[in-house]
Amino acid sequence: MTIRVVITSQDRPVYSGDADIVVVPGTLGEMGILPNHSPLLSTMKFGVIKVRHKDEELVFTVAGGVVEVQPDQVTILADAAENVDEIDIARADAARKRAEELLAKGLPQDSDAYLTLQAALQRSNLRLDSVRRYRKSRI
Amino acid sequence: MPSAREMRLRIRSVKNISQVTRALQAVSASKVRKAVQAVTATRAYAEQAWKVLIHLYEQPGHNSLHPLLRERENPRNILVVIITGDRGLAGAYNTNILKHTLQFFKDKTQQVSYIAVGRKGRDLLLRRRKDVVADFSNLPAAPAFSDVSAIGKLAVDDFLAGKYDEVYLAYTDFVNMISQKPVIRRLLPFELDSDKQVMQGLGQSRIHAAFTYEPEMEELLGYVIPRFTALQVYQAIMESIASEHAARMVAMRNATDNAVELSGLLQLEYNKVRQQSITNDMLDIAGGAEALAKSAG
Repeated sequence: MTIRVVITSQDRPVYSGDADIVVVPGTLGEMGILPNHSPLLSTMKFGVIKVRHKDEELVFTVAGGVVEVQPDQVTILADAAENVDEIDIARADAARKRAEELLAKGLPQDSDAYLTLQAALQRSNLRLDSVRRYRKSRI
Repeated sequence: MPSAREMRLRIRSVKNISQVTRALQAVSASKVRKAVQAVTATRAYAEQAWKVLIHLYEQPGHNSLHPLLRERENPRNILVVIITGDRGLAGAYNTNILKHTLQFFKDKTQQVSYIAVGRKGRDLLLRRRKDVVADFSNLPAAPAFSDVSAIGKLAVDDFLAGKYDEVYLAYTDFVNMISQKPVIRRLLPFELDSDKQVMQGLGQSRIHAAFTYEPEMEELLGYVIPRFTALQVYQAIMESIASEHAARMVAMRNATDNAVELSGLLQLEYNKVRQQSITNDMLDIAGGAEALAKSAG
């Protein structure tokens, strides 16, 4: 018995496959979803999604979004999502540095630019942390 | 018959035009490729979001779940978000969607207001003395979701405030390079749309138990539904952009073909005129020589 997982981010389909268990970062806490879960609709916060199938575990970073659970399917609509193994470390690192530098210049705390930058920084940090923790071929 | 000089000028200007339209055609061809890529990339997300909305819609008593799903009795005010291009020279692209929209709302007794996305639509609506409440012109060539989310938000806010009882979305669906279809869809309150292909084979297969919501239903739906509404607007804009470029490409190709054909015809005409004038000159000379010979003899 498995459950189908579909992860889609705003700009592309990210993953689709079967799983024995899916762990998602719900707004109110982490949720482990097993096959035949009762229907559920929840928002997600920043974090990682883990998709386990047999002995294999895939890890995805997710920057918030919505998750819908049906007994045979988990649909994840992410604002942004990436497989940890596909993250470009150099790019994420550069993005973090750039965001930090810009933030250090001292923008007004409530401006749109400030909030966008902070979100970008958060995303970069999440990517880098996840790579460090979960990537099989650690560098 | 025009003189040879006039004809030469005319041929030159027609050739110049064909060069311009050919360049525009090439530009549109490359833009349409990018736009189609963008639209197919976002389609996956939009379709998944649509499925979730359908599941929500199939919940028992969906009418009372959230104000954005609730039908209003005797709708009085209608808002239409109409998506057109900023620029012309795209064949019938702009007029098609506008005509289709005006036709659709012609018989409605309700007060119809418009949000114009794109300069052409705004100008055409204003010329017809329609009520345009907002104008989103000069969007970037490849808008990101954040560039257009304000449009969806405006629609949702005004709907919730009771300013409008129904919100429609009018855009041009990109079918393929030579076919683009004007579409009008009701955005709010959300309704199932039988035209939509994703609908088929979806949703009917399962019996849905009631959802568990996390966090609370009210809060969750208040987040999810406006977001998905904005997403639908975004998707419609992407479809429209692809359609606009495709329409322009086809229009410019036709213009180029016509210009080439016309310049060929003109060239033929010009050759005739030129030959005629040479013949005339020859006749003059021959006539002159003959007259001289006669008077000498």
